[in-house]
Amino acid sequence: MFNYTFRWNQALNALPQMLDGALVTLQIALLSMVIGVAVAVALTLFRLSGNRVLRAIAATWVELARNTPALFQIYMAHFGLGAFGIHLSPYASLLAGIAFNNAGYLAENFRGALKAIPDTQTRAARSLGMPAGQAFRLIVMPQMFRVAFLPATNQMVWAILMTSLGVTVGMNTDLAGITQELNARSFRTFEFFAIAAVIYYVIAKAVTLAAQAFAWRMFRY
Amino acid sequence: MIEIQNVRKSFGTLEVLKGIDLFVQKGEVLTVIGGSGSGKSTLLTCINGLEPIDSGRILLDGTEVHAKGTDLNRLRRKVGIVFQQWNAFPHLTVLENVMLAPRKVLKQPKAEAEAMAVKQLTHVGLGDKLRVYPSRLSGGQQQRMAIARALAMSPEYMLFDEVTSALDPQLVGEVLDTLRMLAREGMTMICVTHEMKFAREVSDRVAFFHKGVMAEIGPPDTFFGAPRTAELQQFLSATH
Amino acid sequence: MFDTALSWNDMIFLAQGAGMTLMVTAVAVLAGTVMGIVFGVLRYQLGTWWSLPLTFVLDIFRSVPLLIQLVLGNAFQAIARLGWEPFTTSCVILSLYTAAYCTEIVRGGIEAVPPTTRRAARSLGLTWWGDMRYIVAPLATRVSLPAWIGLTLGVLKDSALVLWLGLIELLRASQILVTRLQEPLFILMICGAIYFLLSFPIARLGGYLEKRWSPHD
Repeated sequence: MFNYTFRWNQALNALPQMLDGALVTLQIALLSMVIGVAVAVALTLFRLSGNRVLRAIAATWVELARNTPALFQIYMAHFGLGAFGIHLSPYASLLAGIAFNNAGYLAENFRGALKAIPDTQTRAARSLGMPAGQAFRLIVMPQMFRVAFLPATNQMVWAILMTSLGVTVGMNTDLAGITQELNARSFRTFEFFAIAAVIYYVIAKAVTLAAQAFAWRMFRY
Repeated sequence: MIEIQNVRKSFGTLEVLKGIDLFVQKGEVLTVIGGSGSGKSTLLTCINGLEPIDSGRILLDGTEVHAKGTDLNRLRRKVGIVFQQWNAFPHLTVLENVMLAPRKVLKQPKAEAEAMAVKQLTHVGLGDKLRVYPSRLSGGQQQRMAIARALAMSPEYMLFDEVTSALDPQLVGEVLDTLRMLAREGMTMICVTHEMKFAREVSDRVAFFHKGVMAEIGPPDTFFGAPRTAELQQFLSATH
Repeated sequence: MFDTALSWNDMIFLAQGAGMTLMVTAVAVLAGTVMGIVFGVLRYQLGTWWSLPLTFVLDIFRSVPLLIQLVLGNAFQAIARLGWEPFTTSCVILSLYTAAYCTEIVRGGIEAVPPTTRRAARSLGLTWWGDMRYIVAPLATRVSLPAWIGLTLGVLKDSALVLWLGLIELLRASQILVTRLQEPLFILMICGAIYFLLSFPIARLGGYLEKRWSPHD
């Protein structure tokens, strides 16, 4: 069936290079999550605000992020923003696209978490003499954090997987980008991408396990 | 002293309080009974300003609760409330639940707040559950924790809103015992309850709410022994 | 109305791209769902331990980027001399990808059927197959439906990645037009709008069925 000699050595020799790429992948994913969480908090506040314009902005963002492909969002950042004279590097486009996507999904996640905390919790806190802000900060927020945490770690795994899309806009320093460059030089597609797949798998599992360990330590109740 | 003067309150088109007049003296224990929807629970949440009122006045030691300039957060330190659903803060241990408000609202030093919390928790019989999360407690224990949490603020008044209604029958007793203890110690209390025997035992006066009106009020002997209004007679015969 | 070089022919080109997107999605969701049901029932019947190998393999499809899966699939078919067209390769990979998610949905749906209900069915003399067919399947379908609709919408979006194998689906068609006409924002906005148009009916259908099939009505 196979008339093909696998050359794993050649691919394994490139492992250090690919691991460097994996660091870039992780870096982009982490950055995109930090930005995503910050924007999602803002979007959640927008949605709760009485201001119609702010609510509309938040709703549009969330709908766009959730109903168009992530690759489309990266293309928007890379090609679409050109119409405004903004020309982003592949790295910046990739980061912007994933951060946009993260923010939309996380905002939805935060809204769900907020809904999951019953009003009676706020009521109980207020009845002890806490001002509204304090009741939110000390009682509602910590509980929200727990509800939102696991979905947020899923989003982090998604972010890692999404970084591979950078290669379509010319990204060549992350894991997928470096693998593609190596592949273009050697045509050992299967070997290189198989190793990349293993690295992605290990990163995704490591992040999931770390998050579970963190949750186990944090949320003792 | 709590003075309630001609208080009216509606939810939408439904008027739940139709002009309530009532006063509670320092050290008095008042229990309020009545059917569901009679407005008795709403009155409690109006007293500490959690619910606005439509007209009338509620005075707490002479301060009008719903007046514009009233600092409700300051006022609520004087009035503890315990709800039917105990509303434990699930992310905090029992001790932290009780310490939180004294620390953050009264700005007490940690040691002082902790000493107070331990004292109150021991008082309600939870001295051995300090480091436990509420999810590990029974409903009755959580309710007693909620009482300790309110008491830790050293309130002058305590409001109890059907605190045993959501409990399994075998857990009702331990919570009522806690209330009895507080009554003996001279705490000023308003208890909305369905427990007639309890009302008869601990109350200085009992009030009967019916369809948003306070239909009858009096000392337990005459209240239960010789009810005047037809509504109360009917209510008592139906619940006995 | 718009000052654009976009012609009718270009719009038809985009529509053809959208057709490809729909086609790939339909094949993947159909095949993926069938496989997902088989794997889901297997996972449930075998129990956690015996289904471990299956769980592990399916988990790979959810933990490795789809783009990498597509490249690997394509390389594999070349090595194995299967002679697959990019369309076939894309459909196969996307179907497996869909199946991996669908398996979890199916398993969750079956687990949501109360054991007491099933015991009642068996005590009435229904066979394992009868129980599955008349009790578990209808109940599990209702529970799983929202997640399955979500999966379908996800696959519709993720199908954009098949452009890497050279298929001209909606996003690739838009990109070709962008390169030719140099009107990136306008064309991408149309592309986004079409994705919305494709998703919207599915989402609405899901909402409708969810309401109609609600287990608590």
